[in-house]
Amino acid sequence: MSAPIEMPKWADTILVPAVSVVTAFLIAGLVVLSIGENPLTATRYLLQGSLGTGEGLGFTLFYATDFIFVGLAVAVAYHAGLFNIGGEGQATLAGLGIALALNNLPFLPGFLLIPIGILAAAAFGAAWAAIPGYLQAKRGSHIVITTIMFNWLASVLIVYLLVNVLREPQSMSPETRAFPEASQIPFMHDVFAWFGVTIPASQLNLTLVLALISAYLIWLLIYRSRLGYAIRVVGSNPTAAVYAGISPARIIIIAMVLSGALAGGLAVNELMGYQHRLLLEFTSGYGFVGIAVALMGRAHPVGIILASLLFGILYQGGAELAFEQPAITRDMVVVIGGIIILFAGALDGLFRRLVAHLLSRPKLAGA
Amino acid sequence: MDLGILATILDSALRLSIPLLAACLAGLWSERSGVVDIGLEGKMLVAAAAAAAAAYAFGSAWVGLLFGILASIAFALIHGFASISQRGNQIVSGVAINMLAAGLTAIVGNAWYGQGGRTPPLEGDQRFGDFVFGHSVLVYVTLLAVPVTWFVLGRTRFGLRLRAVGENPAAVDTAGISVAGLRYSAVVIGGILCGIGGTYLSVAQAAGFLPNMTAGRGFIALAALIFAKWRAWPALGACFLFGLLDAIANQLQGFSLPGIGEIPVQAIQALPYLMTVILLAGVIGKAIPPRAAGVPYVKER
Repeated sequence: MSAPIEMPKWADTILVPAVSVVTAFLIAGLVVLSIGENPLTATRYLLQGSLGTGEGLGFTLFYATDFIFVGLAVAVAYHAGLFNIGGEGQATLAGLGIALALNNLPFLPGFLLIPIGILAAAAFGAAWAAIPGYLQAKRGSHIVITTIMFNWLASVLIVYLLVNVLREPQSMSPETRAFPEASQIPFMHDVFAWFGVTIPASQLNLTLVLALISAYLIWLLIYRSRLGYAIRVVGSNPTAAVYAGISPARIIIIAMVLSGALAGGLAVNELMGYQHRLLLEFTSGYGFVGIAVALMGRAHPVGIILASLLFGILYQGGAELAFEQPAITRDMVVVIGGIIILFAGALDGLFRRLVAHLLSRPKLAGA
Repeated sequence: MDLGILATILDSALRLSIPLLAACLAGLWSERSGVVDIGLEGKMLVAAAAAAAAAYAFGSAWVGLLFGILASIAFALIHGFASISQRGNQIVSGVAINMLAAGLTAIVGNAWYGQGGRTPPLEGDQRFGDFVFGHSVLVYVTLLAVPVTWFVLGRTRFGLRLRAVGENPAAVDTAGISVAGLRYSAVVIGGILCGIGGTYLSVAQAAGFLPNMTAGRGFIALAALIFAKWRAWPALGACFLFGLLDAIANQLQGFSLPGIGEIPVQAIQALPYLMTVILLAGVIGKAIPPRAAGVPYVKER
């Protein structure tokens, strides 16, 4: 049973995740059924709300942007054999970096301010991931535990800073003052309007383009570069890496730095693209969704983009659905995410064996 | 600070440390058998929800406890199936358990009671009232679990085998003892303990379930487990320490210390996480987990 399961590559990369996702949705449908709602009606509302209107599509792509970043963040660490479940904390710190940079440099013009904000996000996210990376590489502290602890440390830190230090004196709510207008990443509907094209207004902004570029660059890095090769070697066999002259400690730290910087993209999209201020809990658990996205997308950038789109549809459609059928709250998306993580991640072997079994069955007559 | 305040702080420290202790011992059983469990939070959450719902429906806190434990065991078995039978990634499975629990309890609670995921308030026999010294019976059950865990793990044949399976499963297997059987029993014991912890939260400490009411306690318990170096009596100490920090943080809200000024509550809240990271970094002492923790056992190798 422990022998490697033989199957064609297309089946492994496409069929297995597809089967586990479909099963996840069937179970989600049962949950909907069990609380006395109709899963088919729910699905219709979900698809209509996320893809049926231009506005809905914009919101879907906005959420997808978040998920591409956190999905890539989990994937890069995953290739190095690391489980970075600290995306929440890294994105939170990235948000802090953005706020510190933008609100202290309000005199700069937009073409400088926007890149500075993005770099600050990447740097702060990377730094918050680098410490667990360093501790794993040099001191052998388990990355999963340290990143969990760093998530909580980040949330405690941000509450302290927003309540006591960064809050506007006259404001009651724990949030910073608005970022300078020049630093706001343009909304997609505004960009299209420059060219005389009218599209429905939504939160979707140019960060989507940055996310797609990041996905392409990560593909180049992981599959086409020397460093990416080193990362994959360390991920699959650290002992072999040492014999090949690769330092696992160095690669682990680099992978975590990259991972944290990518998680910072979530803060760029949410804060510079939409909220235009730093506020509490803007990460909304998306860091954990990134784990589902990366597992579903087989840690490949193309898979991650597709999985992000699916979760974008779920989040936007889920919001519309909660409006139409109040019994099905947005927590349904969390449930679906949990089932997908369970099926595509922890029970992966079960689904691989199932698919391999189905494929290896002799062709039946008439099939 | 007079004695009255000290007594209040110690009393609330005990209350706050009980759910931590239950989850910490659950993690201890599971990880000593070689199954890493970051799903303590999720299991406590489903237990809290199921216990409150059952206590409300049947009008009895004890029925609540039963359902809380059953719900927690069900989730423990999902984790066990994924990590023992299917040899899946135990971290991934734990993350999934936590998300499933957070989502399901909110959705089902909202669908049943229509109060944003809360259960209706519990009163009278629906709650565990004071038993002795102003604490509920669950406090004493959880405290009793410490010597029981210490004794069973350290002094019985079952405990020896269970620890062995977390260090060197192949040796246990060679001796003709079922690795999977031992690990499943450890995971189920963990489920029972998380069930007690979750029930305590919603049916004894509070009067009803709130969405996400565990609020990270499962992760603090994980920190306490590392702090206690996977041993029962130190687990009691670590959980009481973290409970004490929580109690002090509550007491210090808006309180100014002479010479230092107001201590931010967040600084005290951060301490458990910070101390765990420092301990893991090996700066003071070293926390070494069971050797086979997190590694699925493959017979043929």
